Amino acid sequence: METWSDTASWDITFNSLSVGYGEHVVLEDITATLPGGKISVILGGSGCGKSTLLRHIIGLSRPLAGSLCIAGLDPATLVTRDFRRLRRQIGVLFQDGALLGAMTLAQNVALPLSEHLSLPRTLVRGEALRVLKMVELEDFADFYPHQLSGGMRKRAGLARAIIANPRILLCDEPTSGLDPVTAARMDDLLLSLHAQFPSMTIVSVSHDLMSLERIADYVLVLKDGHLHFAGDLASLKASRDPYLTMFLSRDAGTGMRDFSESMDAEVAAALERSFRA
Amino acid sequence: MLSPTQLLAKLGSRLTYLTQQVGALTMFMVQAVWHIFDTRRIIGRSIRQIYVIGVQSLFVILLIGIFCGMVLGLQGYYTLVKFGSVGLLGSAVSLTLIRELGPVLTAIMLTGRAGSSMTAEIGVMRITDQIDALDVMDINSMAYLVSPRVVAALISFPLLTAIFDVIGIIGGYLTGVLMLGINEGAYFYRIQASVTMTDVQGGFHKAVVFALLVTIVCCFEGYYTHKRRDSVGPEAVGNATTQAVVISCVLILAADYVLTSVLL
Repeated sequence: METWSDTASWDITFNSLSVGYGEHVVLEDITATLPGGKISVILGGSGCGKSTLLRHIIGLSRPLAGSLCIAGLDPATLVTRDFRRLRRQIGVLFQDGALLGAMTLAQNVALPLSEHLSLPRTLVRGEALRVLKMVELEDFADFYPHQLSGGMRKRAGLARAIIANPRILLCDEPTSGLDPVTAARMDDLLLSLHAQFPSMTIVSVSHDLMSLERIADYVLVLKDGHLHFAGDLASLKASRDPYLTMFLSRDAGTGMRDFSESMDAEVAAALERSFRA
Repeated sequence: MLSPTQLLAKLGSRLTYLTQQVGALTMFMVQAVWHIFDTRRIIGRSIRQIYVIGVQSLFVILLIGIFCGMVLGLQGYYTLVKFGSVGLLGSAVSLTLIRELGPVLTAIMLTGRAGSSMTAEIGVMRITDQIDALDVMDINSMAYLVSPRVVAALISFPLLTAIFDVIGIIGGYLTGVLMLGINEGAYFYRIQASVTMTDVQGGFHKAVVFALLVTIVCCFEGYYTHKRRDSVGPEAVGNATTQAVVISCVLILAADYVLTSVLL
């Protein structure tokens, strides 16, 4: 079979892909290519299926229809051994880091190495510390995940995702729930990674517009279960599409809501009595 | 009010779901046992789980064992004294413990103490993406989480059962001999005379079967927490834990009946 390490470009291609859970279709007929060696951002409103699409790229779920190819190969058609080899080329940063609670940061980060390679413990720990240093967490190597903030857990998750030198890095909402400074630091980390490993394909699922502006080379926009836009950042910004304009300008398009409808008199009276009691 | 057709459809749906669950549980057990033999570092992980399942449950087993033996001594004495056979108390206590109560009560206690913790821990790992994270790192989550627990249970359950039996016999001695005044020699002589190796082996066979049932059911419920139909998130973990304990206890008693029928 083809050896992936010789493959020039780690593109991710969707061919009329439909994904969902059971019989519930979340995304339908997606056809696009996330270019290898670039930072691609999958953008869309909450609940539009971004994370579901990511789960299919990782191979945690099977497509309902169509196919997706990674470096020209369809994971669904690979035999187990080849599928596992492909999976080892993919690093994933989950939304909350998904660090194992019973392990320290160093043990968590070292896990891909300690599980798959027969190396001395000191060597593996040294490597974990090196990667933790890249994400500025070397001083927290012996802390447990519950002792860290959300941003630190995400950075540790990123360290674990990159320790085995993956060809593809998938990030699920890397900046969600972070303050602007921490979010910017996460963007910087992704940009630094891209600078250091230019051939690495980075895919970030997000709805953070500031992050999009800073890191994106290529953008997919999902809307109402379909692909709404695919192109580079300049094309996205130049687009006159009403939804994209609204999305990028953070305009909900609904105006002020009418909250004037009064509360049921009985409920209001009961509340009033409870305040006085 | 449901029409007969709707009732039949609902019953059919329930039966189909139940059959699916039994099938999935069987496949889960086969995979968990299979991965015992093809997993690296199974010994190290199993030793850690032996500590969690075995060592950390020791105190509660000692406590239940001593009181169980004391109650048996007390009840046995007042029953046997009616027939003028108090000398048989040693036989009654030891055979009841070794054949039945030892394996069954140990398994039920371990279900509450260790099984529920397995379900909750694995369930939380599932809903916080930790199991998915293992899978995407190409670490087989079944082999990593379930198989070591199966090995640990297969070792811990028989050992704790043996400890329960011994402590229970000591409990019977405390009430029968020290409190109620049965002859010490008669108590131990009767134990020695009535308990055979077949009884002891039978108790161990039961413990091994219970270990497999409890671990598989508890790990299964935790591992598939996200597929529950009645709840999601933390509530699903709670429901899974409750269900794991209930199913395990029912299976322990049902399996006990079957095994006793076979062993007698």
